[in-house]
Amino acid sequence: MLYISRWKMLAIIATTLIICACAIPNFFPQSVVDSWPKWAQRHIVLGLDLQGGSHILLEVDANAVRQEKINALRDDVRRVIRDNKLSPANVTVKGNTVEARIREGADSKLAFQKLQELSQPLGGLMQATGQRSVDVVDAGNGVFRLTVTEPALTERIRQAVDQSIQIIEKRVNELGTVEPTIQRQGVDRILVQVPGLQDPQRLKELLGKTAKLTFRMVDMSTPADQAVQGRVPPDSELLYGSASENKQPYVIEKQVVVAGEDLVDAQPGFDQRTSEPIVSFRFNANGARRFAQATQENVGRPFAIVLDNEVISAPVIREPIIGGSGQISGNFSVQSANDLAILLRAGALPAPLTIIEERTVGAGLGQDSIDKGIRASWIGSLAVIIFMFATYGLFGLFANIAVMINVAMILGILSLLNATLTLPGICGIVLTVGIAVDSNVLIYERIREEVRAGRSALNAIDAGFTRALATILDSNITTFIAAAVLFYIGTGPVRGFAVTLGIGILTTVFTAFTLTRLMVALWVRWWRPRTVPI
Amino acid sequence: MRIPLLRIVPDDTKFDFMRFRRISFPISAILSILAIVLFFHNGLNLGVDFVGGTLLEVQSKQGPADLAKMRSTMSSLELGEVQLQQFGADTDVLIRIPQQPGGEAAQQEAAAKVRAALGYGIDVRRTEVVGPRVSTELLAYGIIGLLMAVCAIFVYLWFRFEWQFALGAMIANVHDLVLTIGFLSLTQIEFDLNGIAALITILGYSLNDTVVIYDRIREMLRRYKRMPIADLLNVSVNSTLSRSVITHATVTLALLALYFFGGHAIHAFTATMLFGVVLVGTYTSIFIAAPILIYLGVGLGRQEADEGVAKFEPETAKTKAAAKPATTKPATAKPATSKR
Repeated sequence: MLYISRWKMLAIIATTLIICACAIPNFFPQSVVDSWPKWAQRHIVLGLDLQGGSHILLEVDANAVRQEKINALRDDVRRVIRDNKLSPANVTVKGNTVEARIREGADSKLAFQKLQELSQPLGGLMQATGQRSVDVVDAGNGVFRLTVTEPALTERIRQAVDQSIQIIEKRVNELGTVEPTIQRQGVDRILVQVPGLQDPQRLKELLGKTAKLTFRMVDMSTPADQAVQGRVPPDSELLYGSASENKQPYVIEKQVVVAGEDLVDAQPGFDQRTSEPIVSFRFNANGARRFAQATQENVGRPFAIVLDNEVISAPVIREPIIGGSGQISGNFSVQSANDLAILLRAGALPAPLTIIEERTVGAGLGQDSIDKGIRASWIGSLAVIIFMFATYGLFGLFANIAVMINVAMILGILSLLNATLTLPGICGIVLTVGIAVDSNVLIYERIREEVRAGRSALNAIDAGFTRALATILDSNITTFIAAAVLFYIGTGPVRGFAVTLGIGILTTVFTAFTLTRLMVALWVRWWRPRTVPI
Repeated sequence: MRIPLLRIVPDDTKFDFMRFRRISFPISAILSILAIVLFFHNGLNLGVDFVGGTLLEVQSKQGPADLAKMRSTMSSLELGEVQLQQFGADTDVLIRIPQQPGGEAAQQEAAAKVRAALGYGIDVRRTEVVGPRVSTELLAYGIIGLLMAVCAIFVYLWFRFEWQFALGAMIANVHDLVLTIGFLSLTQIEFDLNGIAALITILGYSLNDTVVIYDRIREMLRRYKRMPIADLLNVSVNSTLSRSVITHATVTLALLALYFFGGHAIHAFTATMLFGVVLVGTYTSIFIAAPILIYLGVGLGRQEADEGVAKFEPETAKTKAAAKPATTKPATAKPATSKR
């Protein structure tokens, strides 16, 4: 146990130094590190609880997706019935099912066959699953039931999440923050983490808006105050203005003239006459053509710009707008005009998103946590170091060197992994300091015992190491299992704790098996002691 | 000049820990029952993570925070029972808003209302809003995690030791968890995700200690085939006593540093750890985990010397231990390697 070959010794020292050296980039400012080669730039990332930032978990409104899917199916069924001359028919929606009763005496075989065509195989060509998007049942007597299958809904939610992630990325990037992360979580969730944000309120507003923009005509056949009392024409709906317009009611036609998809650009600006903040936009060719046509036919009538079922403004068309560009004004502030432009450029979300969890830490609190964490680390380490020296003298010194190298190695490995350090993570490091000396204590106590049992110094040290190492391995594995479970179930800060705890256990076992042994072996070789000073 | 080294535990202690089991087992049983009663009577002070709602940490920009004024502002918002609590410095206040009826979006609205009502003199340093769905999930994850940790460790111990040891360690550890939960219930320390982390870590550390003692017991079982089991357990615990105490001293030092200097954010976590690892963990491994092996029938198959005739003397065993390996020098490593 005490003899370590030259090569092994070199290997141990080299490994230790390399791992410790990985921690170096953390001690230089980012601007300095940026000029280093790429491989040398790996460093510890501070968690949101330390650098400040927002953690926001969003959920796609599965019900809205479901409803949209069923409405689409209903429209499809109507189309099939119309195209195949099966009407007059009765189409109703019940839950996930569209029920169609076709004209009496119509060819129900043909109807079934045509309706069946609405059902597509899921998963595309690459991964044919045998599942279909719609179940079609012939209930007899000319009644057909079409049900959207669960896999089809899940698939649609999945797609909605994918699209949403792209759109959110565009929106968040416009905020100009450093390294935001946006990732899918589970089936219907999106986790957005944005570090170092001054105003999470603005981020939340940008995330929470569906940003479904439509240009529609105002229905002049019914005055708004009559519609409020419940007399809304069937092809129109009652919508309200924004809060800044006192929530004024409007009767708006359901038919959309141009939608947000046809926008190619949107920029904030100022109105040349009133110098109010506005958003100017441009349509693509298709949108421009339709908008031109609608404005030509409706000069003198008001049209409405509707965002997420809220009327932003309803100007009167003074002349046909044929250039395919225009501007939206609506009591904007500079920031709200800017945000609307961002939303319009990024596009509409396929379904509404709801914030189901938010954790925001201000940068000031984060800095406080760092300061306190570092202070506690120093005090804790110092206390342990003094205690170990008082208890074991020279051997305590060995233990202390091992512990310090241990911490340096933890930082090195965290850097290598680009791991995130959280406040509980700092706790994990301090705890590791407390528990890492345990391996030395186990070895030293065993040596003490062997000395008491009457062995010579060398013999006792040798036996102490041999017997203690097995125990060290056994006892650390239990803690490692705990850390692994925590890593598996934890998120954010707790996961940070699991990471440092787990890495701390690995480095502890490593230093116990190599460094402490090396130090004691060298000491024995140079001093040839006859008694063990512990 | 040589300064004598610190010896907390003198050499060659011969405490009869096994006899103490007649006191420690009933005490533990009573404490465990008390803890369970407390848990069902008082419950835990579950944090936002598990019950949902909103937590705001705010700081007054000028001078100490006016709690009374904030309280009246909050009650005018009609958000249910809003709790305000001084948090560390007198400028800092923790505001807890209960879960609002009306689903996920209602929580965000409540948080926004409170932010607006607080006005400009107040800096919001931390916001946590957890909706009803997430809080339910987090609680489920926490409980599953705890059970997973218990099972995984049990399986590991079962592979590594005989089943009696695995079972003994698990009883000892469930006992630790029960007492710690009782402590949380008694003190009403806020229990959140960090609390779950603390419980699982306590499980790991307390087992760490138990495993060290068990390792020694196993070694002794192989070496002294005729020693009565109670004596064997006593020798094992006594010979690892110094290590137990010193290790717990260092862990305690680290935890105390965290508790006193690490800031308020980790108070609950470190307090739980201090209780679980330092107070309960040490006691358990010595007074519960080791003696329980007697009841679980460890070493039953061995031919024990008749207790009345040849009472075990630690001295003779030790000289034997010293004499045996010394005669065959290269074989010093044997007892350790043959263990595996």
